[in-house]
Amino acid sequence: MTLDPRAEVAERLGLAEVPPPRFASPDEVRERLAKSDYLSDAAIASTTFLADRLAKPVLVEGPAGTGKTALAKAVAEAVGARLVRLQCYEGLDESKALYEWNYRKQLLRIQAGRTESGGAEEWRALEEDIFAEEFMLTRPLLEAITAEDPVVLLIDEVDRVELETEALLLEVLSEYQVSIPELGTVRARQIPMVFLTSNNTRELSEALKRRCLYLYVGYPTIERERDIILARVPGVSGALATRIAQVVRSLRELDLKKAPSVSETLDWARTLVVLGREEIGDEEAAATLHILLKYQTDIERATKELLGGRARA
Amino acid sequence: MLSLLADFIGELRAAGIPVSMSEHVDAARACEVIDLADRATLRTALAATLVKDGGHLPAFDAAFEVFFALRATPTPDEEAPGGELSGAAGAREGPGPGAGAGGGGALSAAEIAEMIFRALRDGDAGALRQGAGEAVSRYAGLEPGRPVGGTYYLYRTLRSLELEALAERLRQDLGAERSALASRLAEDEVTARLETLRREVERVIRERLVADRGSAALAKSVRKPLPEDVEVMHATRDEMAQLERALRPLSRKLAVRLARRRRRRKRGPVDLRHTVRRSLSTGGVPLDLRFKPPRPAKPEIFVVADVSGSVASFARFTLHLVHAISSQFSKVRSFVFVDGLDEVTHLFEGVEDPGEAVARINAEADVIAFDGHSDYGRALSAFHERYARDLTTRSTVLILGDGRNNYHETHAEVVADLRRRAKAVYWLNPEPAAYWNSGDSVIAHYGAHCDRVVECRTLRQLEAFVGELA
Repeated sequence: MTLDPRAEVAERLGLAEVPPPRFASPDEVRERLAKSDYLSDAAIASTTFLADRLAKPVLVEGPAGTGKTALAKAVAEAVGARLVRLQCYEGLDESKALYEWNYRKQLLRIQAGRTESGGAEEWRALEEDIFAEEFMLTRPLLEAITAEDPVVLLIDEVDRVELETEALLLEVLSEYQVSIPELGTVRARQIPMVFLTSNNTRELSEALKRRCLYLYVGYPTIERERDIILARVPGVSGALATRIAQVVRSLRELDLKKAPSVSETLDWARTLVVLGREEIGDEEAAATLHILLKYQTDIERATKELLGGRARA
Repeated sequence: MLSLLADFIGELRAAGIPVSMSEHVDAARACEVIDLADRATLRTALAATLVKDGGHLPAFDAAFEVFFALRATPTPDEEAPGGELSGAAGAREGPGPGAGAGGGGALSAAEIAEMIFRALRDGDAGALRQGAGEAVSRYAGLEPGRPVGGTYYLYRTLRSLELEALAERLRQDLGAERSALASRLAEDEVTARLETLRREVERVIRERLVADRGSAALAKSVRKPLPEDVEVMHATRDEMAQLERALRPLSRKLAVRLARRRRRRKRGPVDLRHTVRRSLSTGGVPLDLRFKPPRPAKPEIFVVADVSGSVASFARFTLHLVHAISSQFSKVRSFVFVDGLDEVTHLFEGVEDPGEAVARINAEADVIAFDGHSDYGRALSAFHERYARDLTTRSTVLILGDGRNNYHETHAEVVADLRRRAKAVYWLNPEPAAYWNSGDSVIAHYGAHCDRVVECRTLRQLEAFVGELA
C-alpha cells in the first residue's frame, strides 16, 4: 500500500500514470500566484499546496470580498487550467449542476427511427442509443469531471444550496466521479483542483466539511493589503497605498454593519488615483467614503469616529 | 510525530472541536508532504485538515501554540528542565535571534524599555522578540511548577513595561498630525504596535511555561472555550467581544433554519369535513384526502428581561436573538427591568439590526425606580398590572434573569396568574443549575409557576431554546 494520496486517487480513477504535482512547495505556489496578480499569504499558499498534494478539495470561507473566488481564478491561471464554475443558488438541482438528458434530441432520434419497420430487437438498440453521451447535456460538475484538458472546478457560494442538494456534491468531491444510472459511473480523467467558497450564511454539513480542506480567508494584514493595492491599482504611490491600508484597517476596527472588503478598498484606491490625489486629508476621505461603506449609518458612524464629527462636504 | 499528533488531536477534542477519524488521517498525510521544520506551514496544514469552522480557530491556535511551542532558551535565572519539551523538537525558530538569545546579562529597566521602543518603532520582529524575552525574565517572576496559564505573568510584565509611556513615545515619534483623520490613524497604528508587543510577551511566557511543565499540562490551563460554549455570565472582555461577533451569524443561521423548516411543512392536518364531502362522489370512500391549509401558529412573544449589572449581557444576547428571528413570531414585545419596568419594543421598530436597538436600551429605558438593585417581585407586579390584559392563549412569556432578588418580596403569585392567562411562561436562567436557590436566589419560588426553568449558560443553549420556541 502506498501512502501517496495522489497515487491512490489516480489508481482509483484508473489513470495510466500518476499526474505530477502542480507545485513543488508552498513558496512556489506563492510566486506563481503572484504572477497572476494574486497576493497570497502563508496560509493560502500552504493550503493550496496541500490541496494539490493530498488531492482534496478546499473549502474557502470568510467575509465577502476577501478574494475567495479570485483565489480559484488565480490558481487556474497559474497552473494553466480552464476554470469551470458552478454558481450555487437556492433551488439548484441535479439537472443544473450535474447533467440532464436532452429529451428533444432523444425524441427526434426516436421519430427518425420510426420510418423503418421495427420489432422488439430494434427498440432495444434504439433505447441503448438514446441514452448515450451524445444525448446528454453536461452541466458544470460533469463537465469538470469529463474534461480532457486541465481544469479547476470552482463551486461558488456553496452555502446557498439547500442541505439536501449538498449531497449531490459529495460523490464528486470525494471520488472525482459521477454516477449516472443509465450510463454507469463516469470517472475523472485527471485529478482536478476543486475550490468551494462559502459566506457562512449557514452551517455546511459535516459530510461536506470532512471531505475538504478548510481555509479561512479573513481581512488581510495591513502590509498585505498595501501590497495588494500596489499590485492591482496602476499608478498608485507607495505612500498613498500605505495610507489607504491604514484607513481601511481603522474602519474595520469600528463596529460597522458591513466592513469594507478588499475589493472595495481597491475601488477606493482607483478612485483616488483617478482624482489625482496623493494624500488623504479629511476632505478627500469625507467626499469618497461612500465607496468604501454601503450603509448610511455606517458612513455616519465612520465620519464621526474618524473625522471627528465633520459633516460631509 | 504521529503520537504527538494524536495527543494534539486529543487536546482539540477536549477543547470541544470535533475531529473525525478521517480528518486525523488527512492531518497525518499532510505532515508527510510538508516541511515539518517550518512552523507556519505546519500550523496551516493542521488547521486546514482538522478545523472546519472559522469560530474554532482561536481554540485551535491556543492548543497549537502550546503543543508546538518553540524551544525556550534557558536564561541565567531559570534552569530549563530538559527532556520535558515535547513537540518543540522539530520546530525551528523563524528568522531573527531566539528568545532571550544574546541576552546573557540582565539589562537594566531603561535598556529594556529602549530596546522595545526601537523595535516597535522600526517594526523589527527579531529585536522585539529579544526585548520581550528580556522583559519577561526581569518582570514576570515566573515560579516554576505552578499550575497557571500565565495570564498573571503577562499582566505583571506589561504593567512593568509602562505601556502608556511607551505609547506616548511612539505617538511623538509618529509626529504631530493636524487633520482629524491622520491623528486617528496614528492612534490606531500605536495601538496595533502595542498589540504586537503584547502578543510577543504572551508567546515568550508560554514558551517558558511549556518548558517548565510540559505541553499537556499547560494546554489544560490555557484551553479556550469555543465561542458558543463561553459562559455568558463569566465572560472576560475579550470573550465578550467574541460572543458579540458570534451572535450575528448565529442569529442569521437560526433564522434561515427556522424559515426553511416552516416552508417544508407544506400542508396542514386532514380537513375531515371537506374530505367527507369529496367522498360522496366515490360512494363514501375517502379516496381524495383534503387538508387544511397550513396555518403555522406563530406565537406571540413577551420578553421580560432583568438588565441589572450581573445579567445584563445575557439579557442583551437574548433580546438580540429573539428580535433577529422576529419574523418567526407574530409579535414580539420586549420589557426590561431592574426594580422598575419599561417597555422597549419601540426601540426595535424599523431598525434593521437588532444589535443597535439593544445598545440603545441602556441609555433610553427607564428601569430604576429605587436603589438600582434587582427586585423581581416589584418588576413582575408592574408587568402584571400594566400588561397582563394583553396576554392571550397564543402568547408566550419569557422571563430572563438569575432570580437573585436581593431578599425582596417575591410576589410569585403574579407569575402564577401570568401563566393562567398565557400559553406558556418560561424562565431563562444564565446561572449554572447548581447555584440555583443558593444565597438570595429564589428561582424555585418562581419556577413552581413556570412551565419550565431553562438553564442558559452559553450561546449554544440559548440558541437551542429559541429554536425550539419558534
